Amino acid sequence: MASSCRRPEHTAPPDVVSLSSRMIEIQTQMSERAVELLNLPEGQPCFLLDVGCGSGLSGDYLSEEGHYWVGVDISNAMLDVALDREVEGDLLLGDMGQGMPFRSGTFDGCISISALQWLCNADKKSHSPPKRLFTFFSTLYSSLTRGARAVFQLYPENSEQLELITSQAMKAGFSGGMVVDYPNSSKAKKFFLCLFAGVTGVLPKGLGSETSDRAVPNQVQYSGQRCRFKNMKGKSVKKGRDWIIEKKERRRRQGR
Amino acid sequence: MKLLTHNMLTSHVKGVTKGYPLLIKATEVKVNEVEFNPQFVSRMIPKLEWSALVQAAEELGHRQDLPGELVADYETNEEFLKKVHRILLEVEVLEGCLQCPESGREFPISRGIPNMLLNEDEA
Repeated sequence: MASSCRRPEHTAPPDVVSLSSRMIEIQTQMSERAVELLNLPEGQPCFLLDVGCGSGLSGDYLSEEGHYWVGVDISNAMLDVALDREVEGDLLLGDMGQGMPFRSGTFDGCISISALQWLCNADKKSHSPPKRLFTFFSTLYSSLTRGARAVFQLYPENSEQLELITSQAMKAGFSGGMVVDYPNSSKAKKFFLCLFAGVTGVLPKGLGSETSDRAVPNQVQYSGQRCRFKNMKGKSVKKGRDWIIEKKERRRRQGR
Repeated sequence: MKLLTHNMLTSHVKGVTKGYPLLIKATEVKVNEVEFNPQFVSRMIPKLEWSALVQAAEELGHRQDLPGELVADYETNEEFLKKVHRILLEVEVLEGCLQCPESGREFPISRGIPNMLLNEDEA
């Protein structure tokens, strides 16, 4: 059964990636999931870092949730779009591989949507991906408060790349690992690198990792595939009954 | 760039040991209206380098009556929290530059965005 979800990189060239409404939806959902994985204290406005913030789509979600944030991106063009969109966070033009320029203990958490894999490409002869990854992770580590998390949504090219990323993060002092949502669906599968700074935590469970059929109370039973499509297509109205039921289900499956 | 961000920013140039606080040389400053959230301000205060904040506020000519030292029991002092809120989140540097106190290296600010990109030899 074909779902109309496609991999983001196949729908549009990279420079218009964030402008199509479908892409906006996917990015927002990934931001929502990333913030969920951050496991921030309930009802508290936090100070967060958004790495590879681009045009500010993920940042908008952070603001929606009542958080304050600083975004870093290497693209002037994307940051200009963020300015035109009047995002609430402060923006910095910077290269994550050169290190995060913040005092220690600045941020309560860090998210990054579809940015980390860029560090694995050696764009210049002098660039060494492992060194840049380490520089990024070690400076990020110190910029986070004790007990804070850093969550990265990424599209890994292969297992070697995942290995490299995870090993450099561990070298920098982080603990944690990969959370994979919907591992059995090539279209819906999402990778989140979930890192803990200064404490060992229990890695959250990926979504859709227990059964492929998801029972949703008070609704007609859909097949697992169509159920995922329903979830991807549109969120339930926030704070509505369905949303609360789905959220409770999600948390229960995650063991929280 | 807001002063909350500035208070956390350091120079990350290779070899620099004391790249904080960055001196602000502003040519254009704006004041916005931002919703006051006392809980957030209260939580941020312990993270701040207070003297750097006061120095930055003075550099921008926006110090007003911000005290040179943190007041005790600030969590319940709404008047004080409002002053901190204003200086942290409402005053924004749009144009100018940030200067490293150790090396003198300047990071330009354009449209409110500091350019922290380093040259090959600085990384």
